Amino acid sequence: MSKFKKKKDGGLAPINTASLPDIVFMLLFFFMVATVMREDTLMIQNSLPVADQIEKLDKKNPISYVYMGKPSANYKKFGTEARIQLNDKFADIKDIAPFISAERAALREELIPFLTVSLKVDKEANMGIVGDVKQELRKVNALKINYTTGSGDALTNMK
Amino acid sequence: MAKRAAPEVNAGSMADIAFLLLIFFLVTTTIEKDSGINRKLPPMEESDEDVIIKQKNIFTVLLNGKDQLLVEDELMELKDLRKAATEFLDNGGDGSCNYCQGRKDPASSDNPDKAIISLKNDRETSYAAYIAVQNEIVAAYNVLRNRRALQIGPQRGFPGMDFIKMQESYKDVRWTGNKEKLKEVIDQIKVEIPQKFSEVIE
Repeated sequence: MSKFKKKKDGGLAPINTASLPDIVFMLLFFFMVATVMREDTLMIQNSLPVADQIEKLDKKNPISYVYMGKPSANYKKFGTEARIQLNDKFADIKDIAPFISAERAALREELIPFLTVSLKVDKEANMGIVGDVKQELRKVNALKINYTTGSGDALTNMK
Repeated sequence: MAKRAAPEVNAGSMADIAFLLLIFFLVTTTIEKDSGINRKLPPMEESDEDVIIKQKNIFTVLLNGKDQLLVEDELMELKDLRKAATEFLDNGGDGSCNYCQGRKDPASSDNPDKAIISLKNDRETSYAAYIAVQNEIVAAYNVLRNRRALQIGPQRGFPGMDFIKMQESYKDVRWTGNKEKLKEVIDQIKVEIPQKFSEVIE
């Protein structure tokens, strides 16, 4: 028995890992802070169509997002027709104009003409609602728009 | 019972927990880069006088509620639209366009500057189909612009660059070339083959 006990002393002292959690936490906090969850909480289905003639949306210019799609499973009570979502709320077509002016008010004056409206529309939505939104945007003179899409072969959309 | 000191909590697994969180955040972080088709809406103020455009200079694309495509009064498959639109733009009927390689059909468009593509859709048209059509029309313009870029690029010192590549290089901060000259070439191509694309709003 004494054979085993003898091993206790001598040999390498274990490396002290007490500071390892600190290092990892530091990394963790860095990533938590650096992660920008710009994405609004979506209350609608939003699978974008794909296209291949796309340009990157310039982050230098301010972007406002308008989401459209039918309410997702948790929000079935809002119906199955495609709806508009602005920020975190469902919105009506008449809310577009105040939304754009609010977005503009938050910008520096020299950037206002460069405001791009990114339309994130579910591929199952109809053009009716998109057309209405475009019409509203014209009324408030927000003419730069971007149909945000994924990248892929556009012909696969029509199925 | 004898009084005992509180046992020390083993913090050895703390690192594992933190690693787990770290990996979760690493995986869920998507540095999102949006891309899409840029368009400019027409301004609201309408001019009273109607502009008269010759019928042959208009390329009508109609997308109905069932996502069927009617191009110049003929049913067409989406995959043929790019070619049809390219041919229409490239026609060069009046001979004023020396870089056109079309058939010079007098019944089709005069030159790329006059050629207009008109898109009309129904309220019931699906967004996916609409984007697909938009994409094909933009593609048609890009086909011609790329070809033109490859023609005039070498003389201006930008060989082997098509239009898309030129635009990318122009935006790219790391690109080391003469941006002013490149801008000139890009603008020239944009003037020669303008995107005259109108949407019908009822």
